[in-house]
Amino acid sequence: MEFVYEVEGGDFTKAGNASSAVKKTLKQLNVSPKIVKRIVVALYEAEVNIVAHAYKGTISVNINQDQIHIVLDDVGPGIPDIDLAMQEGYSTASSKVREMGFGAGMGLPNIKKNVDDLKVSSEVDKGTKVEMKTYL
Amino acid sequence: MKISEIVRILNAKVACGQAHVDMDIERGFASDLMSDVLTLDTDKMVLITGLANMQTIRTVEMADVQCVLFVRNKQISADMLELAKEHDMILLQCKYSMFNAVGMLYEAGLKPVY
Repeated sequence: MEFVYEVEGGDFTKAGNASSAVKKTLKQLNVSPKIVKRIVVALYEAEVNIVAHAYKGTISVNINQDQIHIVLDDVGPGIPDIDLAMQEGYSTASSKVREMGFGAGMGLPNIKKNVDDLKVSSEVDKGTKVEMKTYL
Repeated sequence: MKISEIVRILNAKVACGQAHVDMDIERGFASDLMSDVLTLDTDKMVLITGLANMQTIRTVEMADVQCVLFVRNKQISADMLELAKEHDMILLQCKYSMFNAVGMLYEAGLKPVY
């Protein structure tokens, strides 16, 4: 099954709506709570990243018997140095993002820790694509 | 420690989840940084925070945390309350500073996460 969610950049009131919907679906599918938590923590961090850094984005979630594959594709400033962005503590977040309890440079490392396979690709001034795969 | 004990020690207000105050809590984690909360894998935990916004509630939802204690008299908005109720969370509010609240709970036997 496949679901697509639209995410608006800068709108913190809705940040987490997509992750919440995915969590609900995975619970209904009786996926083990430990795996659900890993997936939604990674997805939520990535969703917050779109809200915090991009202008808009889409989240596509594909679930089958063996795995869940999530692609977050945004239109935004992009990441000039992905290796640097993957380092714990490195952040370009605004003070507004920090006020929301994020922006300490933990997002991407946190995502990496919680998924089985992560691919990040980006083009400066165009956007960023984050692909994450978790085996069920 | 039961949640009702936390309420008593800190003279806290139960904003929602009154029906679950008999629940046992073993550990506390104090943070205003939600990304740090998302790194935890601990059951029976109370999050002690001064960050009162929608992202606190969303973080708690994703991280499967049952109970949140807001310190420094931070106010819980109607939106936060609605979302917390939807997910059966227990939200507490106290007037103490983070340091003071954490100290009192530690002294009463609440364990740290690490």
